[in-house]
Amino acid sequence: MSNAETANYNGRKWRKPPFIKNPYKRWSLIIISVVYVVAAFATMEVDWQRAYEGLERGANFILSFARPDFVTRFTEISEGIIESLVMALAATVVGVAISIPIALGAARNISFLPIYLICRMIIAISRALNEVIVAILMVAIFGFGPLAGFITLSFSTIGFIGKLLAEEIEKSNKVQAEAIRSTGSSWMQMINYGYQPQFMPRLIGLSMYRLDSNFRHSSVLGLVGAGGVGATLNTAFSRYEFDTAAAIILIIIVLVVLLEYLSSLIRAWVQ
Amino acid sequence: MAVKINNNGQKIWKRRDRRAQLQNWALWLIGTAIFMFCWYQISKATNWYFVWDAGRIASDIGSRAMPPKWSYINELWKPLWDTINIATLGTLLALIVAIPIGFLAARNTTPSKLFVRPIALIIIVSSRSINSLIWALLLVAILGPGIFAGLLAIAIRSIGFCAKLLYEAIEEIDRTQVEAISATGASNMQIMIYGILPQVMPTLAGLSVFRWDINIRESTVLGLVGAGGIGLQLQGSLNTLAWPQVSLIILVILFAVLISEWVSAKVRGAII
Repeated sequence: MSNAETANYNGRKWRKPPFIKNPYKRWSLIIISVVYVVAAFATMEVDWQRAYEGLERGANFILSFARPDFVTRFTEISEGIIESLVMALAATVVGVAISIPIALGAARNISFLPIYLICRMIIAISRALNEVIVAILMVAIFGFGPLAGFITLSFSTIGFIGKLLAEEIEKSNKVQAEAIRSTGSSWMQMINYGYQPQFMPRLIGLSMYRLDSNFRHSSVLGLVGAGGVGATLNTAFSRYEFDTAAAIILIIIVLVVLLEYLSSLIRAWVQ
Repeated sequence: MAVKINNNGQKIWKRRDRRAQLQNWALWLIGTAIFMFCWYQISKATNWYFVWDAGRIASDIGSRAMPPKWSYINELWKPLWDTINIATLGTLLALIVAIPIGFLAARNTTPSKLFVRPIALIIIVSSRSINSLIWALLLVAILGPGIFAGLLAIAIRSIGFCAKLLYEAIEEIDRTQVEAISATGASNMQIMIYGILPQVMPTLAGLSVFRWDINIRESTVLGLVGAGGIGLQLQGSLNTLAWPQVSLIILVILFAVLISEWVSAKVRGAII
């Protein structure tokens, strides 16, 4: 039976069911999005002349990935990379150490309401503020250098680990904690022996994930003066030394992949 | 778990036996040593004179920044609109590129596991590893400052994220539906549209809203390197030390982030 025959047979043709079932909703969404895209493009000022002139430089940059220059600025690059790694590692350790009590406070099942609200607020503030904005403020307060970056990364780690760990603690099994409690243990012992074994694998996994995302973030903090390889990268771009910039970008990519691989190994090992 | 017998012949419960305890201590020792080394490096590069002064400076900045200069808000509407456009159009552009890359990278839909899949994976990894601010820096150097550079930076950074989550979803689809479609004699394209796409559509919609939310956050700072949006005003206000304007901009950014998080949570709730 051909398509036309089927259509005749049933009286109407089969159609793929739409993703949004309500037709009014569907069409108004489509119209709104089209209007929005047109409005967005209409108000966007693009200097096509300048963009066209830049294409040659863009081609140069892409070509420079074929011959990255690791040598000329070797000391700057290696110092920057080490500083980024050091910042990421130290910030992960301190951030995780601070976020554990905050996560305990932000878990509704073991915390009191006032403490719960305070901890949730700390987490919300830390999550809402972009790292770069925090870094700008920290540089203004603590001066240029890796300390500002370290504080920034620790601060944003608190929001991330605190939120996810608190959710994990809220999901954990109450029975084990009650069993420990019934032996006459203190509150601290109940947390240590009742809850900690339940959330430990998740905590290790999250910390490893955070280590690698802290490294990724630490590479931009240098742009605002908060230490790390970003400063070297910024200098390379502003001098149009694209081959050095390409080398730095390649190193970052390789390190991120290595860290990601390492963290996936450790996560597979603990879980 | 281990039981130890003390001098009086009583049994004492211990959490770990001697071997596990020693291993535990060794790990802590190595960890502490690494952390102390990191701290030493940071401390060496820090000018502690400034740090001891930090409390005074912080309160000084705080008193200058309060109250925010509310009248400045009229100059922020256009940059805010630009910021939202950068995030939204950037996400759209990223999706257009990420969907084919996702299909090329998934083990069950890639045309060639040996050649095409590794290339798609390399694109995903390099796009994900580099922060959007660095992409913006690069594009500003190439295309000149402006919204367009920011939009492209957001798009490039998002491609890897979207394609990664998409190809993981494609690899987890239900084979039987695909087989049912191909049993009707459908072409490869038709299998993709009727067999695979409906299965990954909820994931795709969810991840695009999720990425849009992240992109709103990231596009607020792109202006710092000249790539348009509200960050440009932030940079200008910081350079002129106009702290009341800075505090207002940060408030506006916080507000935008909260709204976008709310929208994204609502939309994801509606989809799932």
